[in-house]
Amino acid sequence: MSTITVTVNGKSYTKEVEGRTLLVHFLRDTLGLTGTHVGCDTSSCGACTIHLDGRAVKSCSMLAAQADGSILTTIEGLAPGGELHPLQVAFNDEHGLQCGFCTPGMIMTAADLLSQNPNPTEREIREGLEGNICRCTGYHNIVRAIQLAAERTAGVPA
Amino acid sequence: MNSFSYSRPDDVNAAVGEISEQTQAKFIAGGTNLLDLMKENVEHPQHLVDINHLPLGFIDELPEGGLRLGALVTNADTAYHELVQKNYPLLSMAILAGASPQLRNMATNGGNLFQRTRCYYFYDTATACNKREPGSGCGALTGYNRIHAILGTASSGNTPQCIATHPSDMCVALRALDAVVRVSGPNGDRTIPIADFHRLPGDEPERDNTIEPGELVTAIDLPAEHFNTHYTYLKLRDRASYAFALVSVAVALRLDEGGQIAEARIALGGVAHKPWRNPAAEALLTGKAADTTLFRQVAEQLLDGAQGYGNNTFKIELAKRAIVRALDMAYAGSTQAGDAYKQEDIL
Repeated sequence: MSTITVTVNGKSYTKEVEGRTLLVHFLRDTLGLTGTHVGCDTSSCGACTIHLDGRAVKSCSMLAAQADGSILTTIEGLAPGGELHPLQVAFNDEHGLQCGFCTPGMIMTAADLLSQNPNPTEREIREGLEGNICRCTGYHNIVRAIQLAAERTAGVPA
Repeated sequence: MNSFSYSRPDDVNAAVGEISEQTQAKFIAGGTNLLDLMKENVEHPQHLVDINHLPLGFIDELPEGGLRLGALVTNADTAYHELVQKNYPLLSMAILAGASPQLRNMATNGGNLFQRTRCYYFYDTATACNKREPGSGCGALTGYNRIHAILGTASSGNTPQCIATHPSDMCVALRALDAVVRVSGPNGDRTIPIADFHRLPGDEPERDNTIEPGELVTAIDLPAEHFNTHYTYLKLRDRASYAFALVSVAVALRLDEGGQIAEARIALGGVAHKPWRNPAAEALLTGKAADTTLFRQVAEQLLDGAQGYGNNTFKIELAKRAIVRALDMAYAGSTQAGDAYKQEDIL
């Protein structure tokens, strides 16, 4: 067991974790933040994507212990007061999801992409989503949703 | 995943000390490959030494004009670093051709050197694999070997022991740039040229590299020669994103004032147990102008001795054509900007 301190969605937690506890299980089972999904569990699908110190990472492919001292944001942290993030609104408007399982990961990946590149081309969006798999949509509406969110937030600091 | 003990030292000497004291211990940095292998029961360390708190997160200019990449800098931060983009765009291009944004945000420079093969049989513990379990055989030799090696597979027996390939894109560019790996270990510090860091399988396919027990990679040095005008990284794969290379080619050319090739470096990925170079083939280009016939001769020489095992035999001709195309692109000096290598006409 080791002790870790992490800030998740603005709140600090100090917890004991077993060495082999994956970060995604810590978030879901210990903290109850079940918005982050476990898809493939082998770093392929991206459903588990969260932000670690502001950058998108796959939380099924790191140990909770590796996150010690980090600032984490999960999908729950994008709408802190219940007001949806522009990406969430755009996914709704553009029908960027069907079953919704991949959506938290898609949105967290897209949020990191837009923070670094506020006006991405369609190709840049598609390449940026390289690590996220969707079984329902064929991706087109996801790409449109991210383009729409980028247009709506143009000139607005993240 | 099996349980293991875990420690988090904060200096290099402590980390090296801890790994030497423990049995079946491994370092963990980003963990993007190691944790997958642990979940698949391919790796089962009893102790992990987490090195993320070591002070190895630097990118420093070297006095002679080179660049020192700290082992713990992420692949993403390296690829997007101003000096890497300006002076070593080949490295940046190769890194960005690999994995996905989330993995590049987590994976480190040191860890990338230690990526293990994605051979299906290595991952599947129900099959024979000399790399995973020495002496058990090689499932790939007579099995599905589309992604497997065509060069450097010889062993002392009649049949190769292992036809796995090295999966890294970054390491192919490092090989072309003649990078130098810096390590610290129980017996002090040393440097290993990238050409000697990875090894061919021979009779010990379980050994991917020449690092000694207890040694830790602390940095990767890039020499002063930048190759930032005539270069390319051409990666050919089964789908246009998030796939390992069937064949990749890193080309770095230095042209003289008359436009003739003064120096050529060509490194191949996806074809062998390590990034592949052939100095004799590169030398054919010295003092020459661009010429498709010459490029084809170079490609023939680079693939000299290549052998296919059925499903992967197509890679021999694929590699030759990729070399010619990559040389054309690098020589022209106009196609390496952005993502030209991903454009549909090339795929």
